[in-house]
Amino acid sequence: MATAVELQNVVKSYGNLQVIHGVNLTIDPGEFTVFVGPSGCGKSTLLRMIAGLEAISDGDLLIDGERMNAVTPSERGIAMVFQSYALYPHMSVYKNLAFGLETARLPRAEIAKRVLRAAEILQIEPLLNRKPKQLSGGQRQRVAIGRAIVREPKIFLFDEPLSNLDAELRVQMRVEIAKLQQRLGNTTIYVTHDQVEAMTMADKIVVLRDGRIEQVGAPLDLYNHPRNLFVAGFIGSPKMNFLQISAAEIEVDADATGSAAGRRPDIPMTLGIRPEHITIDPNTGAALGPLKVVLVESLGGQTVVYATAANGQTITVVLDGQVAVGETLEAFFDPAKAHLFAADGNVMTGARLPHIIKLV
Amino acid sequence: MSAITGEQAISTQRSGLAGRISDFFWKHPHVFLAVMLAPPLLWLGIIYLGSLLALLLQSFFSIDDYSGLVNYEFTLATYGQLLNETNLDIIIRTVCMAAIVTLFSALIAFPIAYYAARYARGKWKALFYLGVMLPLWSSYLVKIYAWKLILAKEGILTWLLTKLNLLWLLDAWLSLPVIGGNSLSVSYTGTFIVFVYVWMPFMILPIQASLERVPVNLIEASSDLGSTPQQTFRHVLFPLALPGIVAGSIFTFSLTLGDYIIPQIIGSSRLFIGQAVYAQQGTAGNIPLAAAFTVVPIVIMGLYLWAARRMGAFDAL
Repeated sequence: MATAVELQNVVKSYGNLQVIHGVNLTIDPGEFTVFVGPSGCGKSTLLRMIAGLEAISDGDLLIDGERMNAVTPSERGIAMVFQSYALYPHMSVYKNLAFGLETARLPRAEIAKRVLRAAEILQIEPLLNRKPKQLSGGQRQRVAIGRAIVREPKIFLFDEPLSNLDAELRVQMRVEIAKLQQRLGNTTIYVTHDQVEAMTMADKIVVLRDGRIEQVGAPLDLYNHPRNLFVAGFIGSPKMNFLQISAAEIEVDADATGSAAGRRPDIPMTLGIRPEHITIDPNTGAALGPLKVVLVESLGGQTVVYATAANGQTITVVLDGQVAVGETLEAFFDPAKAHLFAADGNVMTGARLPHIIKLV
Repeated sequence: MSAITGEQAISTQRSGLAGRISDFFWKHPHVFLAVMLAPPLLWLGIIYLGSLLALLLQSFFSIDDYSGLVNYEFTLATYGQLLNETNLDIIIRTVCMAAIVTLFSALIAFPIAYYAARYARGKWKALFYLGVMLPLWSSYLVKIYAWKLILAKEGILTWLLTKLNLLWLLDAWLSLPVIGGNSLSVSYTGTFIVFVYVWMPFMILPIQASLERVPVNLIEASSDLGSTPQQTFRHVLFPLALPGIVAGSIFTFSLTLGDYIIPQIIGSSRLFIGQAVYAQQGTAGNIPLAAAFTVVPIVIMGLYLWAARRMGAFDAL
């Protein structure tokens, strides 16, 4: 029953300005897909094109194999939840929920049945007679989701739905939306700039930058195998450390990359190590050298350490213990969990990392 | 530390009269508020409400038909006079005119305001404001006399229609009972046109303001929820613009009810409320009846505002 969505070479331009540059993407039935990227990357535009609120300049949008470019929003079988909720201030919660059904001229009894069911799912039954302005942010959010649910759409679209909520509520609603999606089983596309939301909710993450897809994959895929520097830096918190090194400092398997990187000692490269993969356990792989602790964020169980390496580069480390400012740590890392990026930013596959890296 | 002890970091008392007054007001904010508000409140209370009450009081007196002097005894006889055929005609005529002017103002203003709120950008927006406000900057009388010339039998409108061979249309219109007449400038149609013209900015601006406040995503959500553009207009845009329309209609309705210059210059010689008041307090010298007449628009506007409130027109404010 769930629905597949397919984008084929989708382009969006405003006059001469192209903002989406030929996006190809397949979303499988029932999948929770998250579009993530920094602001201005085109993620919302892409969502609005799927919704039918923005025209598609070129390429095709297929929903269940049918071309939808020229179909009106109401006939695409989608329901969208807006960032600012877009609830009607002059209607009660009940009326807001019923609005999409009344415009479709459904029988009164059917409308009541569906509204009450959605209200029950979202636990907003006591609020049905209130006006939106009498609700809290979280309650408004539920109503906005309810208004999408009652239409029994094939696809749910969420446009940064949690960005107006406070931190605690955001975590709570995150869980609720994920649970709801599992329960209803609809194909869902969710837009956010928050990589934590993306990591925790998604079946599939689509990382966008400047109107292009940087990488598509399951959350852990993106975490474990980022395709380039951008994805590596965007996914994961705190951010991955990038160390500028030259080929002389490591050994690279030239056969696998097909490049001459291993032979030319001056070629610049970037070594990426996640803060949580740096330890002070000398039995772990390669030595990173002494790090001087500059700043400490103690979260209790964990400590985020900002330190400088011998060559002056700043390195973030997440440690289990507790550390004081001014200390010097002998740091180590597991080369198997590190990433090596070429000068063009793409990951170097097959690069075998050496046991000892010196940071001079 | 020892350096500070000689002179306190925060001085408790400022020197000079101004300083002390300032300190006093800072410590007693309510006194400050009272001093600030007293002049405008006194102005409103005594000059405006006071004269209104004096007027109301006058309307409960009567005039002695023989001596022409005001009889200072409480009576409802003056209000009774309002209900005689001539006076009732005046009231009905004025209210009908005000209602029709309001209705047509809203009909004409809405598309203009909609365009300005949703589509006009940059210099077009500036042009819109200029176009709407420009008539307000010229003299009221000049505008009315200009319209008299436009609508007169020898005026430009007749000339234009003659050139277009459409004069028969105008003649047919003028031959209609009640709204017709010898020429547009002496018919109710003429009065209506000038009223609509003169009050139009008061209708356009509030509607434009209310439309501008409707977030775009409410319209988008509506089409996402499967509404046709007509449904979106009926269920979303119109209800949200209603406070603006009601605000505009309060202007057009009350201004038409009270105006006595436009119907005097353009239109048939039959009186409107404003003219009746003018005539009663002037040449006729019947202050009580003039006062009773002025109470009519006040009561009508009171009912109008009450009804608007009941309809929920102010809920979204």
